[in-house]
Amino acid sequence: MSFISHLINGISLGSVYAIIALGYTMVYGIAKMLNFAHGDVIMIGAYVVFTSMTGMGLNPILSILLSMVVCTVLGVVIERIAYKPLRNAASPLAVLITAIGISYLLQNVALLLFGAGAKTFTNVVTFPSISLAGGKLTITGVTIVTILACIVIMVGLSLFVGKTKPGRAMQAVSEDRGAAQLMGVNVNGTIALTFAIGSALAAIAGVLLCSAYPSLTPYTGAMPGIKAFVAAVFGGIGSIPGAMIGGILLGIIELLSKAYISSQVADAIVFAVLIVVLLIKPTGLFGKNIQEKV
Amino acid sequence: MKKSKKLMCLALSAAFAVSALAGCGNSGKGSSSEPTYKIGAIGPVTGSAGAYGEAVKKGAQLAADEINANGGINGAKIEFKFEDDENDAEKAVNAYNTLKDWGMQMLMGTVTSAPCIAVESEAANDNMFLLTPSGTAVDCISGSNAFRVCFSDPAQGTKSAEYISENNIATKVACIYDSSDPYSSGIYQNFAAAAPDKGMEVVAAEAFTADSKTDFKVQLQKVKDSGAELVFLPIYYTEAALLLQQAKDINFSPIFFGCDGLDGLLDVENFDASLAEGVMLLTPFAADAEDEKTQQFVKAYSEKYNEAAPIQFAADAYDAIYTIKAAAEEAGTKADMSNSDLCDALVAAMPKITVEGVTGTITWAEDGEPDKEPKAVKIESGAYVAL
Amino acid sequence: MTVMKNTIKNMKKSTKSNLITYGMVIVAYIIVQIFSTTGNLSSMMQGLLVPLCIYVIAAVSLNLVVGFSGELSLGHAGFMCIGAYVSAFFSSCVGDALPGPLRFLFAILIGAAVAGIFGILIGIPVLRLRGDYLAIVTLAFGEIIKNLMNVLYIGIDGSGLHIQASDGGALVLDAGGKVIVNGALGITGTPKDSTFTIGVIIILITLFIVQNLVNSRSGRAIMAIRDNRIAAESIGINITKYKLMAFSISAALAGVAGVLYSHNLATLTVKKFDYNTSIMILVFVVLGGIGNIRGSIIAAVILTALPELLRGLSDYRMLIYAIVLVAMMLFNWAPAAISWRERMKEKIAERRKHQTKEAA
Repeated sequence: MSFISHLINGISLGSVYAIIALGYTMVYGIAKMLNFAHGDVIMIGAYVVFTSMTGMGLNPILSILLSMVVCTVLGVVIERIAYKPLRNAASPLAVLITAIGISYLLQNVALLLFGAGAKTFTNVVTFPSISLAGGKLTITGVTIVTILACIVIMVGLSLFVGKTKPGRAMQAVSEDRGAAQLMGVNVNGTIALTFAIGSALAAIAGVLLCSAYPSLTPYTGAMPGIKAFVAAVFGGIGSIPGAMIGGILLGIIELLSKAYISSQVADAIVFAVLIVVLLIKPTGLFGKNIQEKV
Repeated sequence: MKKSKKLMCLALSAAFAVSALAGCGNSGKGSSSEPTYKIGAIGPVTGSAGAYGEAVKKGAQLAADEINANGGINGAKIEFKFEDDENDAEKAVNAYNTLKDWGMQMLMGTVTSAPCIAVESEAANDNMFLLTPSGTAVDCISGSNAFRVCFSDPAQGTKSAEYISENNIATKVACIYDSSDPYSSGIYQNFAAAAPDKGMEVVAAEAFTADSKTDFKVQLQKVKDSGAELVFLPIYYTEAALLLQQAKDINFSPIFFGCDGLDGLLDVENFDASLAEGVMLLTPFAADAEDEKTQQFVKAYSEKYNEAAPIQFAADAYDAIYTIKAAAEEAGTKADMSNSDLCDALVAAMPKITVEGVTGTITWAEDGEPDKEPKAVKIESGAYVAL
Repeated sequence: MTVMKNTIKNMKKSTKSNLITYGMVIVAYIIVQIFSTTGNLSSMMQGLLVPLCIYVIAAVSLNLVVGFSGELSLGHAGFMCIGAYVSAFFSSCVGDALPGPLRFLFAILIGAAVAGIFGILIGIPVLRLRGDYLAIVTLAFGEIIKNLMNVLYIGIDGSGLHIQASDGGALVLDAGGKVIVNGALGITGTPKDSTFTIGVIIILITLFIVQNLVNSRSGRAIMAIRDNRIAAESIGINITKYKLMAFSISAALAGVAGVLYSHNLATLTVKKFDYNTSIMILVFVVLGGIGNIRGSIIAAVILTALPELLRGLSDYRMLIYAIVLVAMMLFNWAPAAISWRERMKEKIAERRKHQTKEAA
C-alpha cells in the first residue's frame, strides 16, 4: 500500500516537472536553444497570478489569463532583444550564455519588486481530491489537474505542430532554417510564435507548480527549471511526448529512491539513474538518433 | 580577437567608473569631522537565503537609528553599512574586505554559518571585533575576538532534547532535516546524539537537500509509518511552511517541534496559520511577547518597514547592535580608536555586561557563547503562547 | 637587438600569441606587486587576487574541453570540488607535520592527480555522448558529487580514520580525535596556503600545459575531432584517446583551481560547487571567445571582479551585473555587432590615415 502511495506522490511531483519540460522541449525543438530562463519566466508568471489575486482581488481565471499575457509578452520581448541578435552567431553556446544572463536578470528584478521573503501561493485549483482504498490513498486535485493539463497540452501541441500551417512552418524551421526561408516561411515570425507559446505554457506551469508547492520566492523557478531540463533531455529533447514521460519518470525515480533507498542521497541516485539511461540510450528515451553524414 | 579584448577593457573601465562614482556618492555622507563608530555587517540579501540577511539588515539598521537618535555610543554616532555575501564564503570575505576599506571598526555578522567561519578567520587575523547575530556553527566564534547572540548548534540540539524529555512531551521522535545545510544538519546531529540519554528513541531520521526542498511527502510518509509521536524540525520556516501543508494532505498530525529557524512561519505572506496549530518551538524571541521591550521593538520595526512583524533574525541583529553599545560603554571606548584597540577593549568588556534584549537577558562566557533562557512557545490560533 | 627583433619576426603566429598571453599575466602580476608594495591596493582588491587566479585557471582549463575539444561540460565545478576536498583533507590530516610550502606542493599534486583520475573514470563512459546529452551527464556528475559530499563524515583519532556516511552523530572517536569532514559543514580550518604569487605561477603552468597541448600533434588531433569527427576517424585518429586526454587534463587543472580555493578560505562547503559555479565558468569561456585562451583569462577577471566593483550600487548590484553580462554577450557575439565594430574600425583607420596625410 505504501508503495502505491509513494508512486502516486512520484507521479504528482513528476507531472509538475513534465509541464515545465514541455515548454523547454518545444522551444528547443524549434529554435534549437536551451532557454535557461524558462524556469524564471515561470516564476514571473506565478508572481503575476499571486499579485493579481491577493493584491488586486482578481478572480483566479482572470489572473491566470493575465499571467499568460504577461509571460507571452515577456517571452517575445526576451527573444527579440536577447536571443534574436545571436541567432546566427558563430557558436550556439552564445545564446545559451545570454539565456543564463536573462535568468539572473529576471531573478533580480523579482527580488527588487517582491522582496526575498517567501509568499504562500493561494491554491487556485479547486478540483476535489480523490480518496482510494478507504482513505489510505489520496490523489490531490492539483495532481489530477496537472496531469490532465499535461495531456491536453501535449496533444494540443502535437496537433498544432503536425496539422496547422504555423505548426508546419515550425517543423520546417526546425528541420532546416535556410531551406524554410527559401520556401517562403517567415522564420523570425515562426520563432517568435514558438517563444510566445512556450512562455504562455510557462505561465500555466507556474500556476500549477505553485499550487502543488505553494511557496513563492524569486528563486522558485530555478531548481524546477533545471530538473525539467533534465527531464526533457531524459525523454529525448525536442520530443513532446518524451518531455512528458521524462518528467513523470523523473518524479517517480526521485520519490521512490527517497522512499526505499535513502532520503539523504536521493539526488545522487536520481542523477546516477539518468546517467545510466543516457549511456544505454544516448539520445534519451524518445530522441531521434540522427545519423551523422560525412 | 583583438577587438574583443579592447571591448573588454572598455567594459572593465566602464565598470570601474560606475563603481568609483557610486563610491563617491557614499563617501559624501560620512565626511563630517566628528568621529563615528563604523559598524559593518555582512549577510545574504540576494540568493535563496536572502530573506534572513534582509531581516538582519533591517533589525540592525533600526537599532543603529535608535541609538543615534538617543545620542549614540559614548557620545559618538554610529555609521552602519551592510554588504551582501549571497550566502557564499568567498563573497563574504570579499564583503569583509570592502568593509575594511570603508573603515569598519566592528563587525556584526555574518548571518549564516559557513561564510561566518571564513570571515571569522580573517577577522581574527586583523583583531577585528566580531559579533554574529545568527551564525550557529561552533567554529563561527573560534577566535577570541568573536561572540554570538544566538544559541550554537549543540546548544539548540541538546536543549531541544532536554526540553522534550523534561516535559514528557514524547518518547518516540523522528527528525526531518536539510542535509545540505550546515545549520540544519548541525542541530540534527546534536539532537540525535542527546536524545537516547534523555530516554527518547529516534525512530526515523529523514533528510532533504537544497535541490529538492519542495516535496516532503515521502519523508512525511516514512515518519508517519514509523509511529513517531513528535517530529523534530531543525529547519527554516520557508521549508516548514510547505512541509506542514503536505503533512495535512496526508492526514499526519504529530507534535511538530522546531528551533529558532522556524520563527517567521506565521509571517510568511498569505500563510494559512491553521496549518501551524500546535507547532512548538524553542526560540529566544517571540514577536507577541508581553514585555514592553519586545512590544516597542515590534512596533518600531513594523512602522519603519511596513511589515507585519520582525522575525528572530531581525531580533538577534537588533540585540547585537545594542550589545556592541553596552560593551563599548562598559569599556569606555572612543570612536577614534583603531579596530584592534576597540577589539581588545570590547572583548574584555563582553563577559562583564548583561544585555536586556528582545531575545532575552543575555550574558556572555569568555569563549563567546551567550547564556540566555530559551523560550518554549506553542502556536495556538495563529499566535505564540508561552509554555 | 636586431637578432632578437628578427627572431620575433620569424616566430610562428601561434608562438607569438602564446608569448603575449604569458606576457599579459606577468605584466599584470608586476603591476599588482607594485601597487601592493607601495600600499595602494585596497583590502578588497587584495582579497580578490587569489579568487581571480582560481577562476582564471578554471576558465582556461574548461576552454580546453569546450573550445578545443568542442564538448559542452556543465560539471567543471565537480572536479574543482574533488581537488578542493582531497587537498583540504590532506592538509588537515598532515597539519604541521610538514613545513607549509612542502605541504601545499603535495596538496596541489594530490588534488590534481585525484581530479584527473576522476576525469578519466567519468570520461570513459560519458564521452561517447554528445552535445546537450554530454552537458546533462556532466551536470549530473557534479550534482552527485555535491550530494555525496554533503553526507560524508570523516574523523581521525589514534586508531586511524573513521568514515561514516549520512550521520555524523554515529562517528565515535577517541578522546583527542577530531572530525575533519563534517557533512554539510564541510572542512573547516584548512591552512591558508594560497597566495597570489603561487596562483600566478599556477596560471603560467596551466597556460604552458594548455598552449603546448593545443599546438602539439595531440592538440591538432583533438581539434580535428572537433571539426569533423568522421573525417578524423577515417585517417586513423583514436577518438576516445584524444577526447579523454583533453577531458582529464582539464579535470586535473580544475582540481588545482579547487586546491587554491580550499586553501584560501577557512571553510570549505560543497554548496559552492553546484551547477551555478559550473555555469559561471562556462560563461567566462564563452564570453571570452570559445577557444580563445586570452579571452577566457580576461573574461574570468572581469566577471569575478565586476560584482565586487558594483557594491556601491547596493540593491541594484546583481541586476546591473546581469544586464552588463547580457550586453557584453550581445556585443561580443552578435553578427550585427561584429560587423558594426568592423565598420567603426575601418572608419577610425581611414580618419587616422587622413590625419597623417594632412599633417604631412
